[in-house]
Amino acid sequence: MGRYVARRLLQMIPVFIGTTLLIFLMVYALPGDPVRGLFGDKATTPSVIRALRHEYGLDKPVLVQYWDFMKGIVLHFDFGKQIASGRPVTEILGEAFPVTLRLASLAFVIEAVIGIVLGVVAGLRAGKAADTVILFFTLLLISVPVFVLGYILQTVFAINLGWLEPSVTDPTDFNQLLLPAIVLASASLAYVARLSRTSVAENLRADYMRTAIAKGLPRRRVVGVHLLRNSLIPVVTFLGTDLGALMGGAIVTEGIFNIHGVGGTIADSITRREGTTLVGLVTILVLVYLVCSLIVDLLYAVLDPRIRYA
Amino acid sequence: MRGAKSAKWVAIAAVVALGATACGGGGDKGGDSKAAIDPNGKFSVEVGEPQNPLQPANTMESNGSIVIKALFSGLVDYDSNGKIVMVNAQSIDTKDNKTFTVKLKPGWKFHDGTPVTANSYVKAWNWAANPEHKQTNSAWFADIQGYDDVAPASGKPKSDTMSGLKVIDDNTFTITLSKPIPYFIYKLGYEVFDPLPESFYKDPAAAGEHPIGNGPYKFVSWQHKQSIEVARFDGYKGPNPAKNGGVIFKNYAKLETAYQDLKSGNLDVMRQVAPRDLPVYKQDLGDRAVDQPYSAIQTIAVAFYTKQWKNINPKVLQGLSMAIDRDTITKTVLQGTREPATGWVAKGVMGYQPNAAGDITKYDPAKAKQLIKEGGGVPGNKISIQYNADGGHKEWVEAVCGSITKATGVQCTGDSKADFQADTNARDAHQVKSLYRSGWVLDYPFISNFIRDLFGSKADGNQGGFSSKEIDDLIAKADSAKTLEESEKLYQQVEKELPKYMPSIPLWYYKVNAGYSEKVTNVKYDQSGDPIVTGVEVKK
Repeated sequence: MGRYVARRLLQMIPVFIGTTLLIFLMVYALPGDPVRGLFGDKATTPSVIRALRHEYGLDKPVLVQYWDFMKGIVLHFDFGKQIASGRPVTEILGEAFPVTLRLASLAFVIEAVIGIVLGVVAGLRAGKAADTVILFFTLLLISVPVFVLGYILQTVFAINLGWLEPSVTDPTDFNQLLLPAIVLASASLAYVARLSRTSVAENLRADYMRTAIAKGLPRRRVVGVHLLRNSLIPVVTFLGTDLGALMGGAIVTEGIFNIHGVGGTIADSITRREGTTLVGLVTILVLVYLVCSLIVDLLYAVLDPRIRYA
Repeated sequence: MRGAKSAKWVAIAAVVALGATACGGGGDKGGDSKAAIDPNGKFSVEVGEPQNPLQPANTMESNGSIVIKALFSGLVDYDSNGKIVMVNAQSIDTKDNKTFTVKLKPGWKFHDGTPVTANSYVKAWNWAANPEHKQTNSAWFADIQGYDDVAPASGKPKSDTMSGLKVIDDNTFTITLSKPIPYFIYKLGYEVFDPLPESFYKDPAAAGEHPIGNGPYKFVSWQHKQSIEVARFDGYKGPNPAKNGGVIFKNYAKLETAYQDLKSGNLDVMRQVAPRDLPVYKQDLGDRAVDQPYSAIQTIAVAFYTKQWKNINPKVLQGLSMAIDRDTITKTVLQGTREPATGWVAKGVMGYQPNAAGDITKYDPAKAKQLIKEGGGVPGNKISIQYNADGGHKEWVEAVCGSITKATGVQCTGDSKADFQADTNARDAHQVKSLYRSGWVLDYPFISNFIRDLFGSKADGNQGGFSSKEIDDLIAKADSAKTLEESEKLYQQVEKELPKYMPSIPLWYYKVNAGYSEKVTNVKYDQSGDPIVTGVEVKK
């Protein structure tokens, strides 16, 4: 187990270098220059542009830029400075990540709890009315685009009924984050419900289930331990990778509810061609993905004792 | 982090207090428009995160400049007709339009209590002009004598002070330009010419995070990506003291969200309504909806360096211009957010004359066809209009193209660039294939800004390579006029000449489509389309 974890951690290094280099090169390949972009239609002097380009190291060859950037991260945990504002990228990451982390974990909890409960209910009553209702509900969530759902919920619950705030003014307040978290969780919630429903319905007919019932175990134990534990493997796989998606891919939801998190910051840095900010953000997202998938793999062994990591 | 947190508490407390006062005011609804005014009330304005640190010479985009305008006051400002108003200056006198003597109103103070002197200006300008300090607006000092020594185009700087700036005494200094400019006083209204306190130079980066100015408001806090708060500065001596207790600039990523907040009372003033809400905002807000033009124009510029347009007969461009049905497009596709242009100079600018372009901005398909024919036709009988796909331009570019094709049979397509960066890149590199979209928001409300700075053959804003000796000569003549009025007249003549050369096809003027909440009154917008925050009154 320990050796397996160590090996997986070591494997992260090449993945980490590969992804960051790829993103760095892709931003570099986009047409447009972040320094020139500051000026738009208006005029400036070549000496100022030169001085700015020099400050951010943009006058060096791209691979040298990448090398300097990586050196800064590894040696001093220095992600460079944001072009235009001149603020350190670590500060910008420090603002964006806690917000996103809060939103994503709230959404994750909603998605996991409601999704699995719905899935189990539907799976146990496969083919009955409850199953059909849940099928209909989840299909609806999957087919409605996030921005439509976002605006509808915002209008209904915040503007018309006035129960919740229409936008987030204080990202440390979980009450304000509730509505965006529900919107963010909605599509994934439906997938989780569908996945667990199928899995539960299938395992219900497995031999070990019949044995467990024949042994006379109480129903709660049959469902809670034998059935759930074996049915959760595909769900856990999905949830693990989805956490990363919840963090990086919340651009639309963040925009609707005015949350200044990672998604919007990524979109901003792409339009402004700010390679360093972007790579900094994505680097952390890549690490989150890698750690999540490692945890998922380790959870397999917990859920299914037949799986062993030597 | 501790400090930041407590600042946030202050902000929340302020918002709560505001909410309470707003509720209190709701009780006596009888005299609605004459509701009592709370001179200490605070209100919120929608803005984005400023791109640059809050240093006056480093702020080009509107999110930062609205904050800078609240915190700093320069020598002069303009009224809504483009007339000069003295602010920190008592007088600015010149005999030859080359040497200007500036006298300051005595007794002005920065927010930290230090006096505003002639040196506060001279030192700030010298500092900002120095390319070492990387101020994005430093090119603005190029008119001043000795600028080339401080910021040479290449090589090492010879000096770190401009020889054209001389301090006479605490309240007097002189500006000498490298050549006479009759309207230089107009340029002085731009934020780049604001003074800086002595404390700024110790740590300019920190000062950009916590600016100390001499304006109607003093800085309170900046929660990055959340809000910027400023409070009224009671020691302010200018002609435009704040009529409210302070402003909270609230950061919104999406205008749609800001609009929802405006309707539910969480936000007081908006700068622009999102396209989604345009069809309903007048109905929603009633007389709190704002719909007025400001000093910016959109044109179709011509890439004169291409084979197609190199030696074109201007009649062809006149024809294309007359083939565009501006009235219908502004009303339908643009939902009334623009007003058809009748010249190259926008409204609210000193020297604006109605109908300057004459017939060429009127829609007349028959005449358009005829003019194009007389001019020898469009080379290749095919044009394209380059635009940036991220700016909401696609719809009107297609409408303009459709209008041209329908009227004249010239094939027209939109040439989309992924975003504004890619668009400017192609323009800078002279890679535009045919025509391109161009927009110009005023720098200062004098006619030369819309003519000399765009169509002079060496102007920085002239990206299409338009070059005409006659126009250059006329501009030079207007620039060497004895007085401001004379210069204005000469520039108006230049504008009247432009239809003969067609340096670009004027399309329409921009409009402010905005609104404000029930809590505030007296919300006005200036030439650059921003709300004038000092004049806003908060109801009790």
